[in-house]
Amino acid sequence: MIAFWVLGVILIASAMWTITAKKPVYSVVGLLAHFVALAAMYLTLSGEFLAVMQIIVYSGAILVLFLFVIALLSSGVAPFATGINRLPKIAAPAIVVALAGLGFAIYAVGRSSVTATSGALTAAAAGPVGTAGVFGSVDDFGKALFTTYLLPFEVTALILMVAVIGVVMLAGDSTPYAATEKQARAVRKNMREAIVRGGER
Amino acid sequence: MTSSLLPVALGNYIALSAVLFFMGVVGVIVRRNPLVMLMSIELMFNAANLLFMAFARAWMNNAGHIFAFLVITVAAAEAAIGLAIVVAVFRTAKHVDVDDVAMLKG
Repeated sequence: MIAFWVLGVILIASAMWTITAKKPVYSVVGLLAHFVALAAMYLTLSGEFLAVMQIIVYSGAILVLFLFVIALLSSGVAPFATGINRLPKIAAPAIVVALAGLGFAIYAVGRSSVTATSGALTAAAAGPVGTAGVFGSVDDFGKALFTTYLLPFEVTALILMVAVIGVVMLAGDSTPYAATEKQARAVRKNMREAIVRGGER
Repeated sequence: MTSSLLPVALGNYIALSAVLFFMGVVGVIVRRNPLVMLMSIELMFNAANLLFMAFARAWMNNAGHIFAFLVITVAAAEAAIGLAIVVAVFRTAKHVDVDDVAMLKG
């Protein structure tokens, strides 16, 4: 109960920090706090395996990827537009008020009509986090993933492979081999000019 | 009508998830930095995931956990592709601003 409210405040504050921070690195830090708080929230919902996945995949892989790209692109130049500069200044308080109204409306609707019935749809029962065999444990999750939901799991593998191939196609270095640095520079210049010409045609 | 299974009523989770989702939407709309826009998309993914987890707990059905797992996987793929696009744009333009990337506008 208390955990929900504390984590909810942390989640909203870190999300606000993420979307308002001037530098993208600060946004990454805000997002890190967001993901850690969300993992804690999953623990209160007895999703212990998903909490661990949240930390490993989001905080460990995706955010590090973001940091790599920021470090790669920010070496010596300032490639990014900083801050909020798309909407007029009046937009920020308007958005905050709209969000507050939205949250209150959904809160009211949710409290009045959405109910949860405890239909025993799975064999596992609720229990303390960290116990094997209860709802949300690695045991429970793994059995479901590799029996009932095996096909979606395999499709996930396909999606990841397509993503890897796409990334290599998009960002992979297609520069031909050049023996010296001078030749390499000439090749890069030619390629850049070709790309610019292609874009303007 | 508070469920005895959840720490707080389900409506609280729905409200929190909606607020977080719309903060992601606002981030995508307001910012011009493509990296922050991608991060805002991650915020939206996670808001949806929170809802999956809350409903999975409320109904004691781990299909929500499976779906959240798949969403995490797709989010990883999306982040990789998006960042690759950012890098590719940076190689040609040296300045990454989503409003300036209008080469394919026709």
